Amino acid sequence: MTAMLHALFIAPFADFEFMRRALVACLALALGSGPMGVFLILRRMSLVGDALSHAIMPGAAVGFLLAGLSLPAMSLGGFVAGLLVALLSGVVARVSKQREDASFAAFYLISLAAGVLIVSTRGSNVDLMHVLFGSILAVDNASLLLVAGISSFTLLAFALVYRLLVVECFDPGFLRAVGGGGSGIHMLFLVLVVLNLVAGFQALGTLMAVGLMMLPAIASRFWVREVWSLALLSIAFAFLSGYAGLVISFHRNLPSGPAIVLFAGLLYIASFVFGRYGGLIPTLWPGRHRRR
Amino acid sequence: MSQIRLADVTLGYERHPAVHHVSGLFAQGSATAIVGPNGAGKSTLLKGLMGLLRPLGGAIRLEGLSRRDMAYLPQQAEIDSDFPMTVQDAVLLGFWRRTGAFGAVSRGMAAAAEAALDKVGLEGFARRQIAALSVGQRQRMLFARLLLQDCPVILLDEPFAAVDARTTHDLLGLMRGWRAEGRTLIAVLHDFEQVRRHFPHSLLLARELIAWGETATVLTEAHLAAARAACDRWDEQAPLCPEGGE
Repeated sequence: MTAMLHALFIAPFADFEFMRRALVACLALALGSGPMGVFLILRRMSLVGDALSHAIMPGAAVGFLLAGLSLPAMSLGGFVAGLLVALLSGVVARVSKQREDASFAAFYLISLAAGVLIVSTRGSNVDLMHVLFGSILAVDNASLLLVAGISSFTLLAFALVYRLLVVECFDPGFLRAVGGGGSGIHMLFLVLVVLNLVAGFQALGTLMAVGLMMLPAIASRFWVREVWSLALLSIAFAFLSGYAGLVISFHRNLPSGPAIVLFAGLLYIASFVFGRYGGLIPTLWPGRHRRR
Repeated sequence: MSQIRLADVTLGYERHPAVHHVSGLFAQGSATAIVGPNGAGKSTLLKGLMGLLRPLGGAIRLEGLSRRDMAYLPQQAEIDSDFPMTVQDAVLLGFWRRTGAFGAVSRGMAAAAEAALDKVGLEGFARRQIAALSVGQRQRMLFARLLLQDCPVILLDEPFAAVDARTTHDLLGLMRGWRAEGRTLIAVLHDFEQVRRHFPHSLLLARELIAWGETATVLTEAHLAAARAACDRWDEQAPLCPEGGE
């Protein structure tokens, strides 16, 4: 029995270095993406992560076309494209008084179309597709360092601006009245979103990286109700998804990125059914009520 | 002497004035109600006073005080009432001047927050989530935050909108206390009876200043009719105002 459990859950990692590497990458990704997703939801920007991931993909493609299969070039390309879209959207929203999500939609679509155009001029490229959709089992030391570095930076940045972020969501008028407002904090936040998506794209592909960012955060809303506990729980959910996804993809010979994100989706659906706050079962069968 | 002087102030959006050429003075220790129809520019004026909106023309002069001395209660609609946060944390924001974005909350501050919650009638609510509060309770919580801010000038934007009679009564009591302490109060209000009873001064606004002075002389039938008439007009292609303002 123990031998079987060992073979199922531990052996893949004990026996293969690429699995250990992938697991560490998942842990690092979870540490950054978990809190990131929580704040995206609280700032009502759940879909902005998605828009930015579409913006990053063409940037990474351009990096690939210019420098070949080089992680720094592709990360840099993705980072620059993502940042450009984020900054332009922010600037246009402020100057024109249009809603920011509208300008995000406009710019990510431009970026996406430009990316597809650039890629198509060079013909189809299997390597490129492979990279754009991620390959966590091929994570090398350099990308591991990149992911870990971005996660560490994200956590430190969150620790530093936590109160500003919380107050800006809760009562922006108050923050501006006490002189703590301004667009700096929002821009820093957008930079962090882009950085974390860049971290995720090597492992999961840019599109899947959003999954590991949003699904654990949304799922945790069904269980806890404070910002810090939401962040901790979504880190746990994200790491659990990474681990379980890797195990499943190892034994069933499935692609790891979708397996990881699908497991996160499973956690979300389970949370919706069983979750303490707003879950299906506690809502339909609330149990006995209190006296007051 | 600390006071707020408006010198020919025009505030607005996209070159359309929402508050047009207003001059006057909020004296130290005065309690002024800002009244007027919806869309009269009342909230815009408060935002201008708080420095959240730059005047299109004229100037708002803070004499003998700075923006740090002014506390602001936004309209309830402007805060995210579903935000996952405890009542205590929300109230502790009142110490922002001392904690800033990075400073720690001392034991003394926590105790003061506790006391402020008692004072607004929210004993035992410290650990509750703000999403679980009723509108009236949430307003009590925001008043507790104002207590901690401890500012000589307090601006309130529709503090009693959708708030029940008992809560309104309690919060008016707190405001009486602030007046007795010599603080300056400026509140956007809709209930004329309330204004007559509790606010010696009124400012009747209908994008233009209709009247500003002692409440009894401001809230007359003639003035109110003029305010209603002024707010019914809106001209998309209004010509540029000749009296200055870029």
